Amino acid sequence: MSYVLDILSWLLIIIGSYFSIVGAIGVLRFPDFFTRLHAAGLTDTLGAWSILCGLMLQCDSFLTIIKLILVLIFIFFTSPTGTHALARAGLASNLKPWKKQ
Amino acid sequence: MLKPRALSLFIFLSIIWLLLSGHYNPLMLFFGLISVLFTTYIATRMDLVDKEGHPVHLTWKIPIYWLWLLLQIIKSNIQVSIRILSPKININPEMIMIPMNQKSDLDRTNYANSITLTPGTVSVRLDESGDILVHSLDNIFAKELKAGLMEKKIKNLGN
Repeated sequence: MSYVLDILSWLLIIIGSYFSIVGAIGVLRFPDFFTRLHAAGLTDTLGAWSILCGLMLQCDSFLTIIKLILVLIFIFFTSPTGTHALARAGLASNLKPWKKQ
Repeated sequence: MLKPRALSLFIFLSIIWLLLSGHYNPLMLFFGLISVLFTTYIATRMDLVDKEGHPVHLTWKIPIYWLWLLLQIIKSNIQVSIRILSPKININPEMIMIPMNQKSDLDRTNYANSITLTPGTVSVRLDESGDILVHSLDNIFAKELKAGLMEKKIKNLGN
């Protein structure tokens, strides 16, 4: 049983790491501010969630799992709010979105 | 003073306190009770315990919506990661206006948050008229949003 949990947990952590790294690559490769926000969204969503879920499967105590779930809920609500605030600030300061030539 | 919504806030806070503290001797439980009562009192006095501040009516419906949203997020995560890793970056970003028929602020926040959570679309500005300005990374993300399935799902949450 613990063997299965271990494999599942590693699988989730690897998926999370993959999306975090790809998100970071996207931030470097994409042409402008707004498109980079999309790349950062990868790290915010599946990257963070998947790593947290993988960590939950490694926990021994129920209370630690609850704390990780709360971290997940807070990320779920705050990360889109932060992204929206950044995008709005970019638009308000007259940043021109990059267009395909 | 004891409104049903305040009572439900009290119950929620008590559960959270019990789950987070891990101390179950009588003295600590007493302190917990006092702090939960005090918080409920302050929240009630500040008029925060309403449909928006404590949306308890969504408790059973929103997990189903979140499951659906999770599937969308996984799908668009994969689509965005393919675009990031392709040798030549092939994207067509654009700003689009999405009409939003939701009336309540809670629904509108929910909708804008869901749009931003899905990689490939970011809500940039909410207008007074109820439209929402969205920056989309590529045509398919814009098309999916225009199809309006997400809006329908939010409307079904019923406010």
